Amino acid sequence: MTEISYREAICGAIRSAMLEDERVFLMGEDVGHYGGCYAVSKGLLDEFGPARIRDTPLSESAFTGAGIGAAIAGMRPIVEVMTCNFSLLALDQIMNTAATIRHMSGGQFHVPVVIRMATGGGRQLAAQHSHSLEGWFGHIPGIRVLAPATVEDAGGMLGPALDDPDPVLIFENALLYGNTAKVEVSHAVDIDSAAVRKEGSDLTLVTYGGSLGKTISAAQALSDYGIEAEVIDLRVLRPLDDSTILASVAKTRRCIIIDEGWRSGSISAEITTRIIEQGFWDLDAPIARVCSEEVPIPYPAHLEEAALPSVAKIVAAGHAVMGR
Amino acid sequence: MSDARSKVRLDREHCRTLLHQMLRIRRFEEKCAELYTQQKIRGFLHLYIGEEAVAVGVMQALRPDDAVVATYREHGHALAKGVSANAIMAEMFGKQEGCSRGRGGSMHLFDAETRFYGGNAIVGGGLPLAVGLALADKLNGNDRVTVCYFGEGAAAEGEFHESLNLAALWDLPVLFVCENNLYAMGTALDISESETDISAKASAYKMPSNWVDGMDVVAVEVAARRAIATIREGAGPSFLECRTYRFRAHSMYDPQLYRAKEEVEQWKGRGPIKRFREWALTASELREKDVEAIEAEIAREVSEAVAFAEAGTLEPVENLLCDVVAERRA
Repeated sequence: MTEISYREAICGAIRSAMLEDERVFLMGEDVGHYGGCYAVSKGLLDEFGPARIRDTPLSESAFTGAGIGAAIAGMRPIVEVMTCNFSLLALDQIMNTAATIRHMSGGQFHVPVVIRMATGGGRQLAAQHSHSLEGWFGHIPGIRVLAPATVEDAGGMLGPALDDPDPVLIFENALLYGNTAKVEVSHAVDIDSAAVRKEGSDLTLVTYGGSLGKTISAAQALSDYGIEAEVIDLRVLRPLDDSTILASVAKTRRCIIIDEGWRSGSISAEITTRIIEQGFWDLDAPIARVCSEEVPIPYPAHLEEAALPSVAKIVAAGHAVMGR
Repeated sequence: MSDARSKVRLDREHCRTLLHQMLRIRRFEEKCAELYTQQKIRGFLHLYIGEEAVAVGVMQALRPDDAVVATYREHGHALAKGVSANAIMAEMFGKQEGCSRGRGGSMHLFDAETRFYGGNAIVGGGLPLAVGLALADKLNGNDRVTVCYFGEGAAAEGEFHESLNLAALWDLPVLFVCENNLYAMGTALDISESETDISAKASAYKMPSNWVDGMDVVAVEVAARRAIATIREGAGPSFLECRTYRFRAHSMYDPQLYRAKEEVEQWKGRGPIKRFREWALTASELREKDVEAIEAEIAREVSEAVAFAEAGTLEPVENLLCDVVAERRA
């Protein structure tokens, strides 16, 4: 067990994957000479050379599509799209090629590509650099969507993602890169299930990614009022692990979903619906949601804070759902 | 690049091949149009009629292990690459014996065995894919080439510019073939592009770029052989603009309000099949009875393809979710 950061965990996982499998390579904007926009790939260019650590031009569609093409041809590319904000420029390739080609070709081709990107707000980067689009991508059949919230998951999800025969998108909340923990380096974790991060009997808090820390803090605060909240970290946004959510709701009979994405048409709406479809009779109170306000994320700190989910908002929602 | 390798030997056998392949596409698609009116084929149907010299000419320069990425107007390319007429026709009928199990239809023909990677119905969408296939070959040290066909309309898309730059920057083995048929659906080139010389755009990305008369199958083959030889030797990508013309409507829904009938007739006068057949007959490379034999052979193949498609079966609805991801595979 070593104390490492979220970014070091990812770097270590990329490194071991590259040492283990010649087919693995990394490409994206500033992954080489710059060392990665979030310093994830620092040092890898020196170690592996420019053929396997490939700096790309600012051509999200072309290099994401090239990753997809190389994957179809048998390689195991890791494509880094600097942030999910720019992934919109690659959406055609992800949605129209990566996600469709297995089915559309009658199962003849598949796309073992991993596409990583930073996500989330909270750094005063304003409307175009603060999106949380992982829920959107969770809408698309044919891909797997991961949101590592812990250092262990950051390092442990990459290997299994590369082993997945289908496209995997990994959303790394940018506020997490500096988090540290003692973990076993590059220890593979499952990429199928949600995890219970804190047990509780009164209320289920469902969240993922950058909101996990806030949610755990809120659960601790609620505990001071005698409300024991269970915290579920989704980890995998597609396919959703319904059974872990439903088992918890069956126990607590109350649920709040905390999602940095906007509320309308969101992953939180999807989870709400699944609980209603499959666990309606278990509920003792309406499901609540703490999402980002429906506004382009503003620059000033006080407005940004007001727009994003916060510990205070989660605590307030907890009291409201409990009626105390 | 050696000239000997790019030279085309126009002997009787090769003339027969060229005419046979172009006519095969023409007759196959004429049948498709007929079947569309009978509602055997549904959805969108984009016919390649008039442009056959491009697919056939370029394909002469390829090895079986080279890859092809094409557009939604790709029946000709699939046939010329070696995908069976039966499997293509069955695909258009939506039958599971089709080359994509009937799930793709006319616009999404795929075939792993012949390295035919579609069938992309997003204009410009195939270019990044081709760059990636070529990147894999480059990383693996293969000398395979990927040919990427697209229309001139794709030159207006960002993916065109991004992909050309990336392929040239990384010296990837791609032949970009622009099938310039002058209309992006109904929008003429000169009302959509500031620079209408598409090959000039490609030159800006520092790759060899030429244009050729796309109605002349031999000229296309010569240009393609020259380009492919250089690419295979490791010199990086090339660009070939084939100036051609679509004789039929964009799709079966298109009333063709955007072009004059005279213009269409004028281009038909220099149609690739008509022109090559006349030349081959005049040059005594082929005789009338050779042409008749070719027609008879094709007629047999097309009617067999239709029978095969008719006899095909529908994929069971229980399979609906198979192949979305690996886990669901039946």
